[in-house]
Amino acid sequence: MDAHATSVTHGEHAHPTAGLYAKVGLVLFVLTALEVGLYEITYGGHAGPSAAIIKPFFVPMLLLLSAAKFALVAMFYMHLKQDSKLFSGIFVFPLTIAAVIIVGLMILMSYHMAFSKSG
Amino acid sequence: MTAVAHDAPHGLEHATATGLDSRKLAIWTFIGSECMFFASLISNYLVHKGRNLVGPYAHEPWTSPTGQHYEPILEIPLVTLGTALLLFSSLFVVLALSGAQRGNRKALVGWLGATIACGIFFVGMQVYEFTHFVHEGLTLSTNLFGASFYTLTGFHGTHVTIGVIWLITLWILALRGRIPPAKSLNLEMAALYWHFVDVVWIVIFPVVYLIK
Repeated sequence: MDAHATSVTHGEHAHPTAGLYAKVGLVLFVLTALEVGLYEITYGGHAGPSAAIIKPFFVPMLLLLSAAKFALVAMFYMHLKQDSKLFSGIFVFPLTIAAVIIVGLMILMSYHMAFSKSG
Repeated sequence: MTAVAHDAPHGLEHATATGLDSRKLAIWTFIGSECMFFASLISNYLVHKGRNLVGPYAHEPWTSPTGQHYEPILEIPLVTLGTALLLFSSLFVVLALSGAQRGNRKALVGWLGATIACGIFFVGMQVYEFTHFVHEGLTLSTNLFGASFYTLTGFHGTHVTIGVIWLITLWILALRGRIPPAKSLNLEMAALYWHFVDVVWIVIFPVVYLIK
């Protein structure tokens, strides 16, 4: 095996086992159930007295659960945890730009609306 | 060169400067560009959220000036089922890939078939949802919610449909025994695209359906 072949083998490591994939799948399912459960007890048909306590934390909790699911799929199913760091860089760099675009546009539009209302 | 062709995983058949397969690098670059594409659509939805002049609305009931009453339009239980199936399809496609890499044709065909079934259900769910919304009076030009909702979820649904077509072609090849372990990268690329479609929905689901 020459130097190039070695780098190829090091760049793309062996993927996880079926058991690990199934465990990640179970965690993803539980996190989705938590998201919907959180919605149900805050705004849905099962909203009770605790809804008022949860409401301020509802959006941050949902975003946290969503980010956890995103990371699990990217790391284990898309193999970013095992594969070359170059793939992670190619994915994470535009993802960071994407996040900045979303936050930036929301801030910009909030200011725009605030100024429009104040005249 | 010959050593590379024999020792490299996933059927790498040519030398590259990075030591990685160019096709895999290309699909990751494409996925990176798609991140920014969906970011613009999600931004569009978020900046217009709650700024509708007329209904029907996503989460609140609305009565029109003519006295017609509209219930909140989103159906959380149906979409939750679709979301769960899309997540399971991501599991199924990695199991299919694992089967392809081990040369287990039965596992490859079975899990890939299950992935396709989940994808078809998701597209069917979205077609039903869109048809139902149009009958409820929400079209692309009704209000800002309608315009941004159909654009965002419509583009995602188009991506799912393309993914289903791609997976069906691979499933037919797998049935004919034309995806040996050396060619499993062909499936890995489709699987990466499919996972990307899944992670986009992981963001869309809470942003559109759960956050009021």
